[in-house]
Amino acid sequence: MDNKDQKKDSLYLKLIPYFDRYGILLLLFIMIVVMHFLQPDVFLSWRNVTNVFKQISWQSMLALGVFMVIVTAGIDLSVGSIMMLSLMILAIVAKAGAPWFVVAMTPLIAGLICGLINGLGITILRMPHPFIMTLGTLYIFRGTGNLISGGTPISGFTDEVRYLGHGRIDLTWLGLEKSQYLPVSLVLIAIVYIIFWVFMNHTRTGKWIYAIGGNPSAARASGVNVNKILVIVYSLCGFLSGIGALILAGRTDSGYPNAGLQSELDAIAACIIGGASFFGGRGTVLGVFAGVMIMGILRNGLNLMDVSSFWQQVLIGSIIVLAVYIDVLRRDLGTRK
Amino acid sequence: MSSINQLLLEAKSVTKYFGTITALENVNLKIHAGECLGVVGDNGAGKTTLMKVLSGLYKPSSGSLYFDGKKEILESPKDSQELGLEMVYQDLALAGNLPIGENIFLGREPTKNLGFIKLLDFKKIKELTDAHLGKLKINVKSADQKVEELSGGQRQAVAIARSTAFNAKVVIMDEPTAALAIKEVGKVLDLINSLKKTGVGVIVISHRMDDIFAVCDRVMALFQGTNFAESELSKTSRDEVIGWIMGKK
Repeated sequence: MDNKDQKKDSLYLKLIPYFDRYGILLLLFIMIVVMHFLQPDVFLSWRNVTNVFKQISWQSMLALGVFMVIVTAGIDLSVGSIMMLSLMILAIVAKAGAPWFVVAMTPLIAGLICGLINGLGITILRMPHPFIMTLGTLYIFRGTGNLISGGTPISGFTDEVRYLGHGRIDLTWLGLEKSQYLPVSLVLIAIVYIIFWVFMNHTRTGKWIYAIGGNPSAARASGVNVNKILVIVYSLCGFLSGIGALILAGRTDSGYPNAGLQSELDAIAACIIGGASFFGGRGTVLGVFAGVMIMGILRNGLNLMDVSSFWQQVLIGSIIVLAVYIDVLRRDLGTRK
Repeated sequence: MSSINQLLLEAKSVTKYFGTITALENVNLKIHAGECLGVVGDNGAGKTTLMKVLSGLYKPSSGSLYFDGKKEILESPKDSQELGLEMVYQDLALAGNLPIGENIFLGREPTKNLGFIKLLDFKKIKELTDAHLGKLKINVKSADQKVEELSGGQRQAVAIARSTAFNAKVVIMDEPTAALAIKEVGKVLDLINSLKKTGVGVIVISHRMDDIFAVCDRVMALFQGTNFAESELSKTSRDEVIGWIMGKK
């Protein structure tokens, strides 16, 4: 290898960490550009962009929760069921005529308790893998949701309860038109993601979550209470699913038995596309957001182009495989030979 | 030299039974500041059990431990850590996905207060890491390098740095060179020597006579759970120590 080649090589190697960190954003950007050229009048319109954010709003909460669990090398299959159960409890409490702030708090508390049950099951019952505990609660929580509601939809909430999912922030004071509003759910996504970005990257607990995913015995030997951290992670995941339920209540104005069906798989897919590793310890909050956006834009774009939802399934599946394959290639380049 | 230095840790007639099996019987051990003690013995001689008693992982059936001359009863490894005893485990106990600095401070990260929230102080972690690695003469590209990118010897160095980052007085190393390439063994042994110079007492469990004779001041042999032989290193030879391991004097 001559000198010039070596130089090129080292520049290439230097770029790898940046590609590692921001490659997923590049993919997102390319998708936006392609969609813009395919649907120049519609795709980047105010109405459509806000639509995308409204559509991904509750999924983004589930994905963020599942992401933290995946960082610990765990998995949570029950997030869709937690959201459905929380939504049903919200609907029942709302129908009973409770004041709006009580109604709004119920899904958050219900979600937190469901997550706590997962966490305690995994640690105290010493389930061999979180897959098993959360597979069990996937059925238990959805079954409970159907039991308490009789399996029928419960509709009609007050505007205060619907605010997070349905609210609009008026921007006419900026000289914009009435139709150019900011969905409250978009602001909520931004706030929650920033809080969890700080939590995962700048607090001890966040570091320990990554450490547990990297090497649980190292974390234990360092004095980290691994079980306590796991319980916190699964509880937070449940709590975020509860926020998802509150958003969904606002969007649909209804608690319905099929809410969140299979959305645990969407959440896992978003994490994987966003670069989180199933073996734990790897992935970023920004990556999860990009993963959620990629899935949202794909669905939105294909809908705009009247592509059938069957093709959407095929495409999302292909993107998961492709995203992980790119990751495999990248890791081959990055490892010592 | 050991006689003039401060006695850091002493185990007096430690006995440990597991059911009907006697793993240790009336074992004594002393370690002084700035000294390296080699512990040798065949598999099953009780080396690991003794270390686990010292670190508080096992409670001795009888016998007692003295830290700085004070009798202490250890309930868990956390107690021994607080008394200044650290273990470097054979499987290294590092998180490969985290940078060197964050591994060294894992579980004890310095934080700064932002209002009522405690945030990690990355600047301080980096400063302390650089200073500590410098003190031990450990060369790595940067404290921000992830541990999984390091060689086996560098990882061992980080594990040792980790154990000594918090005023450790005694460091126990279980087979510190067992998993290393030959050219890296020397670096780890140099590190043990620089550790001694900082006044730390080092206990090395090893099968490798080369290691024992490169860094230790004293060597003791366990045989079937008892103190079999002990000597200043200068007054013994490889062949004699190998004989002790096999139970011959």
